[in-house]
Amino acid sequence: MSTNKGEIDNEYLELELLMEGIYRKYGFDFRDYSSVHLKRRLDHRLAISGLKNFTQILHRIIYDEEFFKSILLDLSINVTEMFRDPPFYKEVRKEIVPYLHTYPFVKIWHAGCSAGQEVYSTAILLEEEGLLPRMQIYATDFNEMILDKAKNGIYPVENIKSYTENYQKAGGKASFADYYTAQYESVIIKQRLKDNILFSFHNLVTDGVFGEMNVIFCRNVLIYFNKDLQNKVLRLFCDSLVPGGFLCLGTKETLKFSDVEDYFEIVSPREKIYRKKR
Amino acid sequence: MRRLSAVVVGASAGGFRALSQLLSSLSENFPVPVVIVQHLSPESMNLSVAQLDRICRLEVKECDDKEPLLPGKVYIAPPNYHLLLEPDHTIGLSVDPKVNYSRPSIDVMFETAAEAYGDELAAVVLTGANNDGTMGCLKIKNFGGLVIVQDPATAEAETMPKSVIDNVGADYIIPLNEIGKLLNKLAEENPNG
Repeated sequence: MSTNKGEIDNEYLELELLMEGIYRKYGFDFRDYSSVHLKRRLDHRLAISGLKNFTQILHRIIYDEEFFKSILLDLSINVTEMFRDPPFYKEVRKEIVPYLHTYPFVKIWHAGCSAGQEVYSTAILLEEEGLLPRMQIYATDFNEMILDKAKNGIYPVENIKSYTENYQKAGGKASFADYYTAQYESVIIKQRLKDNILFSFHNLVTDGVFGEMNVIFCRNVLIYFNKDLQNKVLRLFCDSLVPGGFLCLGTKETLKFSDVEDYFEIVSPREKIYRKKR
Repeated sequence: MRRLSAVVVGASAGGFRALSQLLSSLSENFPVPVVIVQHLSPESMNLSVAQLDRICRLEVKECDDKEPLLPGKVYIAPPNYHLLLEPDHTIGLSVDPKVNYSRPSIDVMFETAAEAYGDELAAVVLTGANNDGTMGCLKIKNFGGLVIVQDPATAEAETMPKSVIDNVGADYIIPLNEIGKLLNKLAEENPNG
């Protein structure tokens, strides 16, 4: 059973038409996502759905909103951890925290917050630095179901071991157990960490500028976009930051060669922390 | 004659030594890109890329997101990211869940490489103590690509190469020190250079 390249080209054509259909019918725009990512995630859905090809998926999503919601979940879930990349959080303490101390009130945006692990990591860090009461943290995502998960802040207890290790490596100053309550198979993030976080719907692809932010975190979201969309979203971040504000990207994401490169200085080349020029 | 447009390599336990030997034997005018997934702890990765670059006549680098694959360059997956090959022969990175308990996963890279390069692909499976790479080799075979496996008798850990041989079958089962020579020969025979 040999497959050839021509069949793959046809599959990608069907995939493009499916994305066009999703956009026209439901307004979610995945047309500028990296195509290999889309295909891998939808190949999985295809295998378990019993449908034969992406065109059949297209037909079904047009008439079956529940089925569309499952596709939306496939396309929007991003797995992350608390204190993912511990050296990054150390760098935040060193480079960004001193700047935040100089402001009476600070606005922080976690764009593409997914199930909230990284937002709560930030809240913990800020509490330990005595900053949390002065913070307004906006955590946004384009999937309401995932936003609800983030709001609840409930995570499987089996993740806690690795979260705790990350927390310690990230320069945590207390005991990680201070920040959650264990219940049966889950842990719940303590309410005081949630008080200054506002979870809300925002789609990076189709929505506009978001406030006058002092810091924007958007880590490992841009890698799922093609170059044009990466540029568009980076411009949105640039316009949403106050002069002197910070932009934090994922370890393998960069402003290099982007349209906004000249508007930023590099604070941490390794941890991809940038600062908007004044 | 088959055209070769890319080489993909998967390695796990014992992989650093095997990769050192393989990469040091590639000729300096090797005409296609080489893409490598090596299972390794996140901390030790950067060191090994620099070491491999020193002993290889080709440039060896940790790959970046959206980077185009160029002939004669060796790309290594960054720690804690999956490496995927896009249909336009650029690199995509993802933080999707681990596959075979691994991120990067050899299967993820091999499967996307099969779709991106079809029958113009050669895969190399080196030493390793798990089964990552087997599903990827199956897909590569289905697309008409070539599967080269390190002779398990010469591997520090035989599970990974043996799994490919038992479950997929290999076009070549050869000792480690012959793999580089074979790749040089296949590349030299490329039609139209």
